[in-house]
Amino acid sequence: MKLIFEKSVKGRGCSILPTCDVDMAPLSDALSRKSELKLPEMSETDISRHYTELCKRVHGVNCGFYPLGSCTMKYNPRIDEEMAALKGFTAVHPLAPEYSVKGCKEVLDTARKYLCEISGMDGMTFQPAAGAHGEFTGVLLIKQYHDSRNDKKRTKIIVPDSAHGTNPATAAMCGYQVVNIPSAENGCVDIAALKAALGDDTAGLMLTNPNTVGIFDENILEITRLVHEAGGLCYYDGANLNAIMGVVRPGDMGFDCIHMNLHKTFATPHGGGGPGAGAVGCKDFLKDFLPSSAIMGGSGIQVRSFMGNFLVVVRALTYIMTLGKEGIPEAAKNAVLNANYLMRAIQGTFEPAFDRICMHEFVLDLSKFKEETGVSALDVAKSLIDRGIHPPTMYFPLIVHEALMLEPTETESRDTLDDAAEAFRSLYELAHEDPEYMRTAPHNAQIGRPDEVQAARSPILRWREA
Amino acid sequence: MNYPNELSYSKSHEWVKNEDGVYVVGISDFAQHALGDVVFVNLPAEGDDVTAGAAFGDVESVKAVSDLVSPVSGTICAVNEELVDSPELLNSDPYGAWIIKVENVNGTEDLLSAAEYEAFCKEEK
Repeated sequence: MKLIFEKSVKGRGCSILPTCDVDMAPLSDALSRKSELKLPEMSETDISRHYTELCKRVHGVNCGFYPLGSCTMKYNPRIDEEMAALKGFTAVHPLAPEYSVKGCKEVLDTARKYLCEISGMDGMTFQPAAGAHGEFTGVLLIKQYHDSRNDKKRTKIIVPDSAHGTNPATAAMCGYQVVNIPSAENGCVDIAALKAALGDDTAGLMLTNPNTVGIFDENILEITRLVHEAGGLCYYDGANLNAIMGVVRPGDMGFDCIHMNLHKTFATPHGGGGPGAGAVGCKDFLKDFLPSSAIMGGSGIQVRSFMGNFLVVVRALTYIMTLGKEGIPEAAKNAVLNANYLMRAIQGTFEPAFDRICMHEFVLDLSKFKEETGVSALDVAKSLIDRGIHPPTMYFPLIVHEALMLEPTETESRDTLDDAAEAFRSLYELAHEDPEYMRTAPHNAQIGRPDEVQAARSPILRWREA
Repeated sequence: MNYPNELSYSKSHEWVKNEDGVYVVGISDFAQHALGDVVFVNLPAEGDDVTAGAAFGDVESVKAVSDLVSPVSGTICAVNEELVDSPELLNSDPYGAWIIKVENVNGTEDLLSAAEYEAFCKEEK
């Protein structure tokens, strides 16, 4: 397929403007461009066909099963889009006088109220643009708390080795030293290792629960108690909130602050750069440190302009209000049920890394399978493309070798799960019969097997005219 | 898998060689094999201090990014800049492609001999 720049024809265009009937007011020399603006020139028909063609080449959650673990690629109800498209939300300006944007303020206040209830927090900001930005903001709250008490010796943040890579990165960005603690045999926090890592230099702990292998850490109350006894605070990474929303609250588990990926858990289309929203919530004693725009009466300390990605909050609020008090926990429970159903339906071929009831996602360990067949987790992932399934997360978490991590989410029907399980089982057979076929998959996709090593070592990052 | 006798090894799969007080550090054959094709190496700078057991850089393979853990404490006196353009040397020649050289060494991790390290890797697998 040609790039849009290659399809460009000089002089072609699609804006039909009337002849200018006022005097031209040219920009001064200092303000005008010295070089030509390199934009593609195309007719409206060709633009429309170009993007439709691109659409056909992607696999989104609207095309088929998308069990990308740790990312909660759930279906985004159309009504959320309808609300976010309302003129009253799209045609406002953040500097508009408050009396004219009361509806927007009510959206923010109502969403804050519901999300505080779901997370068990007392205060919340919607400024952070996405998850990692939320983490950064949350850990800055912890830093600010210790600074405000003149407690300068706390230089370390504890992160379990199963954590998302953004956790240690966040701690480092905030100027903390990262202490990695190994997981116990069952994938949960090793209490002995945690105790050994805790001290009067501990600023806090970053944790997600259920954790990255899809298991709810049953020692969570003891974990947060130990951190608090050492004088540290507990940060909850909301990446896996989908499994517990409306059922159990991070605030009740003992966490002091949290970020929620509104774009994951509360159904906004995401991937490919957003926009997202990493709402950050905290307990009462941290509220004074929250960033907030001076507009609408906040402190004026900001991590992003104005109210953050406001329309994502509109979608999240719509999602919460559509599902309601009964629907939110039901969605979480169905996400857990679907994951367990799929895990057991696949078991017997590909084996789970932890053979126990999982939460919203589970990890398969293909290391034995790879030894038997020479077919890797990557090869299975690529082969799934031929079956119309988006590959699961691969080689993550790092504590499981040859990992495939599946998160079916709550919106998939039993039929879809049965079909997916059948695809996995048949690939297991195929790997034993014709491993070479799988090592060269996908065979029916627009793009076969790119050279990932060369693509990473010598990427061609920009298009140049031939 | 290759475990040269003249080297010492850390449990995080780095090798060390003491060359008249200058400690040369790289990653083992086992490590490069487990990582898969290395596509990027994040190197420290000459003059940086390293601490035994702490990360001094990272390697990125098609699969994942992994910390490079220093087996010794001291000051970096040389960095193998060749790896910036040719990270694949870590795969093709793990014991030739050193990563850093450390001087003023004032401590090391509990290092393993080649035989001990080989046994450790067998178990790890």
